Amino acid sequence: MLKNRMKQYTPVAILAAAILLIQLITLISGTGYLLTQLTMSAWYVLAAVGLCMVMGYAGQISMGQAGFFAIGGYTTAVLSTIDFTDRLSGGLPRLLDSMHMLITRETIYGDTMTYLTPWASLIAAILIAAAAALIVGIPVLKLKGHYLAMATMGFGIIINRVVLGTKAFGEADGITNVPPFKVLPFFEVSGDFNIRIGNYYFAWLIVIIAMVLLINLINSRSGRALKALHGSEEAADAMGVNTARTKVIIFMIGAVFAAAAGFFMTHYNGGIGPSESSVVKSVRYVSIVAVGGMANIWGTLMMGMVLNFLSLRGVFGHFDDAVFGIILVLIMMFMPDGFIRKAVFYDIRNFVNRKIIKRGDK
Amino acid sequence: METYAPLMKIDKLDKYFGGLHAVSEVSFDVHPGTIKAVIGPNGAGKTTMFNMIAGFFPPTSGSVRFNDVMLTGMKPFNVAGQGLLRTFQNLKVCDNLSVLDNILLGHHTRSRSGFGAGMLSTRKSRIEERRAVEQVMPLLEWLSIVEMKDTLVGNLSFGEQRSVELARALAADPAMLLLDEPAAGLNMHETEELAGRISELKAQGRTILIVEHDMSLVMDISDEIVVLNFGKKIAEGSPAEIQNNEEVIRIYLGGSDA
Repeated sequence: MLKNRMKQYTPVAILAAAILLIQLITLISGTGYLLTQLTMSAWYVLAAVGLCMVMGYAGQISMGQAGFFAIGGYTTAVLSTIDFTDRLSGGLPRLLDSMHMLITRETIYGDTMTYLTPWASLIAAILIAAAAALIVGIPVLKLKGHYLAMATMGFGIIINRVVLGTKAFGEADGITNVPPFKVLPFFEVSGDFNIRIGNYYFAWLIVIIAMVLLINLINSRSGRALKALHGSEEAADAMGVNTARTKVIIFMIGAVFAAAAGFFMTHYNGGIGPSESSVVKSVRYVSIVAVGGMANIWGTLMMGMVLNFLSLRGVFGHFDDAVFGIILVLIMMFMPDGFIRKAVFYDIRNFVNRKIIKRGDK
Repeated sequence: METYAPLMKIDKLDKYFGGLHAVSEVSFDVHPGTIKAVIGPNGAGKTTMFNMIAGFFPPTSGSVRFNDVMLTGMKPFNVAGQGLLRTFQNLKVCDNLSVLDNILLGHHTRSRSGFGAGMLSTRKSRIEERRAVEQVMPLLEWLSIVEMKDTLVGNLSFGEQRSVELARALAADPAMLLLDEPAAGLNMHETEELAGRISELKAQGRTILIVEHDMSLVMDISDEIVVLNFGKKIAEGSPAEIQNNEEVIRIYLGGSDA
């Protein structure tokens, strides 16, 4: 049993070593600026592995993951940019202050700003995302296949249009000047050049914690129920698994992962824009999970890290979104079970052999 | 046998599919520790009966009581929670899971740990999981599928997958086992093996309701048989009684015009 547990966590140790190694390489080669995109990739990976549980393991396709990312990001963007400085005598600010939930900082213009601690908006972001997933999930997760895909995509579109059409959300401009998130007295999540390395490690630490939680889940009774749901919903039902409830719970977990990712990303970037909630972004998460091998959180992590990094570095140029779309189409056509899987070499060999045999026939 | 209170009471179960009267007012009891078989020609309503009992669809009228609990209107997972575990005529195994995981799925109702405990891998959830493995391993040994425990179920033969389904239902330590045509698709040798296993289960004191097409299997193993034809119960009794029932003989032997 202990040996099994060690084996489960080996990939976590490898990931930690890789994170360290990458930082050392950037240090030696003097390319520390790359850590910015690697940090952002980590936050996108967090949303992607959440979707991987919903889509890969439980088999419930969701085209609305960017919607939950945006819920997390916009929640904190709105809540932590309200300036209470001139309204400290009001009832609500006094209440918040008595709970030590208000903090002050100096803005770039030299004024003082009094605002809600991001810890509070983190909790709000998680609760709102979970509630939204619950409300959307109960009716929508009764659907299957492309109907579910369409319904979740509808949810994503609604979030996107609400963000674009609401003044409080900054419409097409999004929300800027989001303050840093002070996690510890000496460390904050922000795009500050001086703490780039710290932010890089913090982001990947959160991803590692998320991975440990998900590995545990996958190997638990509930994880087995999730996978069984994917294999045969009727069988899971007949064996006593409350399938409707299980689907909603994993959908909520996926949503919370995305909202947390959106929350951190917004503090890291100092703002959020409506493009984060677009359907194209949701497609991106789906294609990362697909190319990552569907029911494979490690494949999703790897592909999420690599593809997001390349995308953020601008390697794909104007074809950024197209690249993710093409990946999805190719995977769906040739490897509907995903790319990074144990059996993939076997599949490729079969595919090549078949081609050779065909040619031999001529 | 009649001195025991029945474990399951099926009362005037009735099902319409649109204009088709699939099952009409069928009643019978199942007594603890016995094997009850429901037989009948194709389209007699056997599987419909079965699915109503297992909660897969609701009856138009009538009721199913189990241990004095009303099963009618329950969802399948609730029926399983009451200790009634079923197998499927057309195998429903989880191809994406190993043999062991498929069987552990059957153990679902015997453990409690939820998502939170799973994610945190609490001590309690780990102990529960270890206990679950210990409890299902004898089933794998009994069905001689131990060596395959880590194989994906999709890679097994049809007969082996049937064994996995049986083990999965038994993993729940069911109060009553519901077997939906367990011999369908098995060859003669495998059917004999199955008959032996069902007899062993009976010897262990299990109560079994079996819906089956294979007459010789049913005659060998059941204590009591219910015969359905066109949705109606036409006979009920011991295998000997059923074998000598004229109407049953007519349906099964002279039924070429039916």
